[in-house]
Amino acid sequence: MSDRPILRVHHIVKSFGTVLAVNDVSFDVRPGEIFAFLGPNGAGKTTTIKMLTTLLRPTTGSLELDGLDVTMHPTEVRKRFGVVFQDPSLDGELTAWENMDIHGVLYHVARHARRARCEVLLRMFELYERRDDLVKTFSGGMKRRLEIARGLLHTPRVLFLDEPTLGLDPQSRNQMWTHVRNLRATEGVTVFLTTHYMDEADRVADRIAVIDHGRIVATGSSAELKQQTGTDSLEAAFLALTGTTIRDESATAADQMRQVARVWRR
Amino acid sequence: MNVVFVLWLREVKKYLRSRVQIVASLGGPLMYLGVLGFGLGPVFQRAGEGSYLQFMAPGVIGMAVLFTAMFSGIAMLWDRQFGFLKETLVAPVPRLAIMIGRTLGGATVAVLQGTLIFVVTLIAGFRPVSVLTVPLAFLLIALIAVVFAALATAIGSTIKEMQGFQMVMNFLVMPIFFLSAAIYPLEGLPRVLAALTRVDPLTYGVDGMRGLLTGRAHFGVAFDVAVLVAVGVLFVAAGAWRFSKIEA
Repeated sequence: MSDRPILRVHHIVKSFGTVLAVNDVSFDVRPGEIFAFLGPNGAGKTTTIKMLTTLLRPTTGSLELDGLDVTMHPTEVRKRFGVVFQDPSLDGELTAWENMDIHGVLYHVARHARRARCEVLLRMFELYERRDDLVKTFSGGMKRRLEIARGLLHTPRVLFLDEPTLGLDPQSRNQMWTHVRNLRATEGVTVFLTTHYMDEADRVADRIAVIDHGRIVATGSSAELKQQTGTDSLEAAFLALTGTTIRDESATAADQMRQVARVWRR
Repeated sequence: MNVVFVLWLREVKKYLRSRVQIVASLGGPLMYLGVLGFGLGPVFQRAGEGSYLQFMAPGVIGMAVLFTAMFSGIAMLWDRQFGFLKETLVAPVPRLAIMIGRTLGGATVAVLQGTLIFVVTLIAGFRPVSVLTVPLAFLLIALIAVVFAALATAIGSTIKEMQGFQMVMNFLVMPIFFLSAAIYPLEGLPRVLAALTRVDPLTYGVDGMRGLLTGRAHFGVAFDVAVLVAVGVLFVAAGAWRFSKIEA
């Protein structure tokens, strides 16, 4: 692994009015790493991803992706990452292939390369047989896989996954993580993901940043976090670090709506 | 350029696939044409104004174009709620290209819908005075489509909630339709109504079509076209500006 971090986040703060969503967060992600942001709903995970993906500007602080300042060079940065948002962003009225193809055009992938790449990725994510079906007929797990395949189409350096397994059944979840782990081997891509499932962070991520109330409380591998807190499970480590368990019950109204919308659109 | 094309194509494909929606969208114009056209026909005739069907057919075509164009722009709310908008906003392409592609797509769909209604009016008995002016009438249809698709883009970029859609339909689209010259003549209106009809862009669209298809324009076709082009430029600029301000 090379020394230069692929992502460098330096003292970023994001406030919405008087609310501090992200409060002085700093971390580095190394090339090829699977890096997880672990924290409860409302901890600032999605806000951080939005800043890293140029959708929000940080109030203060700096962000670098592949050596490029994110706020200064948004277009160059956009070419270098793929993203799967928490809310699905596929067009259900189009086929899987068409969704992929539009993405390829938006990212200036030349026609030949586009066709080849669409095929490779759809096969990799086991969607090739369904390529000409409308996306609205897909299951939740298939949609997520299609989104990841689409996010990889332009061979990004970094893939952002915001709660990729939210709303999926356990089988689809397992399958999803198998795919994500394989990506490093097949695509050599760095993966930055957020989750509030501790077992998933534990199993998948090389390193984990625990975030709570907009602040990073600890960073390290699962083993390091356990050692640091003198606990034997990530769950206990999390409890020791934040003083709480993951507060699923305190999901915001928006989160709940999102869940409902997802189930609905299966 | 590819970006504009692919987003344009997306709108058109979605329209052509939504068969049920196409059939459903014929309901409104058919009702106006059937009920008003034939119901008010005798009164109109007795008032010495000639055939009401001839008079209102361009108005009904204008209505179909207005509704479809506004609807396609407002569909952005849907895209925002259900995500596809974000996919385009994080792409390494200028926002202007995205906005133009979407708006032209919406306008194209509105022209297709207008064409469909044109055919329906012909079946109902509408007879344009000359075949030669029909292609020119399509220029008017296209202008109306662009004006309202751009307006809808501006509105769709500004309001965030789905509930806003109902507001727009009730307080904007319906008034635009009723205040245009679609279903009554512009001559001899009370002063307030006359003034309101003149700030409604659809008035000029319908008047221009009426001039070309029935030889009866209030303002004159050239004037109508000039007004629509000016309003179109204004609305496209407004749409582009609002679209550039969208925050995800």
